[in-house]
Amino acid sequence: MRAGHRAFWPYLLIAPAVAGGAFLLLYPLLKAAVISFQHFRMGELIRGGAAFAGLDNYVELLSGAQFWQVLLRTLVWTATNVVLIVVLSTGVALMLVRLRRGLRLTLMSALALAWATPIIAATTVFQWLFQSELGVVNWLLVTLGFDSFQGYTWFADGTATFAVLVVLVVWQSVPFAALTLYAGLTTIPIELYESARIDGGTGRQVFWKVTVPMLRQLFALVAVLEVIWVAKCFPQIWVLSQGGPDDATTTLPIYAFKIARVLHRYDLGSAVAMLTVVILAVALVNNLRRMVRS
Amino acid sequence: MKRLTLNAAAVAVLVVTIFPVYWMFLTAFKPTRDIQSETPTFWPSHPTLDHFATAISAPNFWIYWRNSLLVTAAAVLFALVVALLAAFAVARMRWRGRGPFVVAVFAAQMAPWEALLVPVFIIARDTDLLDSLAMLTGVYFMITLPFTIVTLRGFLAAIPPELEEAALVDGCGRLAAFRRVAFPLLAPGLMATSMFGFITAWNEFAFVNVLIIKDQSLRTLPVWLSSFRDVFGTDWGATMAAASLFALPALLLFLFLQRHVGTGMTAGAVKG
Repeated sequence: MRAGHRAFWPYLLIAPAVAGGAFLLLYPLLKAAVISFQHFRMGELIRGGAAFAGLDNYVELLSGAQFWQVLLRTLVWTATNVVLIVVLSTGVALMLVRLRRGLRLTLMSALALAWATPIIAATTVFQWLFQSELGVVNWLLVTLGFDSFQGYTWFADGTATFAVLVVLVVWQSVPFAALTLYAGLTTIPIELYESARIDGGTGRQVFWKVTVPMLRQLFALVAVLEVIWVAKCFPQIWVLSQGGPDDATTTLPIYAFKIARVLHRYDLGSAVAMLTVVILAVALVNNLRRMVRS
Repeated sequence: MKRLTLNAAAVAVLVVTIFPVYWMFLTAFKPTRDIQSETPTFWPSHPTLDHFATAISAPNFWIYWRNSLLVTAAAVLFALVVALLAAFAVARMRWRGRGPFVVAVFAAQMAPWEALLVPVFIIARDTDLLDSLAMLTGVYFMITLPFTIVTLRGFLAAIPPELEEAALVDGCGRLAAFRRVAFPLLAPGLMATSMFGFITAWNEFAFVNVLIIKDQSLRTLPVWLSSFRDVFGTDWGATMAAASLFALPALLLFLFLQRHVGTGMTAGAVKG
């Protein structure tokens, strides 16, 4: 690091990045906040000249029953997915450590392949897997003896659609989490395990007393990333069900999008989006603070 | 016995992980009568390219393909150049405001993009940039930029400045020193970040839905694929062929770069 550079050079070098951030990130962010306090609908979009409406949009949201329903559904959606992702990926990571080289590399390649599959491609495939008539999932279930799945239409029922979406998102998310946790597991010195074993620790004790404390930060990081990813998840739900049937899969991002695009309530949609950001930030700030401190 | 249970479980995970991808390719290669048979076949006994022909000859297929490629490549390239400049300033120079800049970049990495759909739509409308690939490229560029800066800074910081200084002493210019010494060492970092950018832009679905409204010939592959029912009806063979063609570049790139990136990612992240 040398101090002898002419003073303007660094600023010239960061100028394009700063300009991009200002126009394409900061400005839209401020605009979103402003619109959420305005009266901004179809008319204002065409004519311009939106008037400030104070907290009207937020009052309208928070006093209606629908927002709270959607919020609760988003919590259930996020919790279900994240718990499944963390538990399953921990299992897969522990498995990877113990496997012989050949099988381990095969499994890791498979995980990488699933991870790299584009979201919309995977979503389309899952629609095909769960088709009522020719879908392979119904065939498998019937073959296994669950005759009630003969021609079962998954996407007509709210709970079933929700379940399919959970399977899809978990399938897409486990590879990243598992490979990250596996990378973390390989950094734990083998001596720690050996001494724990010598002291008579069982497999379960070793996991909770050695592995978990050693990887606490990594677990927290994976959980935080997955919470953000799952709570904000949009394309899968929109393509598969558009939030239906009967709003059974309408989470906050879908709700905001529907209000803005379908109802042309840009003001209310922005308010939903701002509330989502605030809720996520509040939920995660404690976790992040703990991560930074430790 | 224990080893056997472990291996069986591993094979089960392997099957669940790979099956949807396998089923996509398999359906794409199956003749229609196999797809529509009551008991599914799990092996391509009569492979056919018919469905790929259907998918490719769908209206505008090549235009959507070109749009996706154009937007993705431009966004990734811009992000790499802009990020490399900024990362160099952060990793190699001292200047007032460097700390706040780094914090801002980290914060931008967590930007709530989903919340920006409405304002970006309105800004694009106000500036006549609706139905324009340039606006789309700009948004994808900005989504990938913070991550690219952070990662490249990590890689740059891991390269000892003495290497470049040695080149300077040997009579290289500052630019030449960077190009000849640091740039080759940065290759894994550039690959890792460009792959992240590629996946992000290639996948992006929400913004293209909001920004491309009237001019259907400016849509990208994800949007086209998401409306497969309008294009292919219940022709699942053609739908899966289309999905395969959309997934293939990402899968190939990933398999090709996996080796470099696996080590590259962690090296950049840890030493940052």
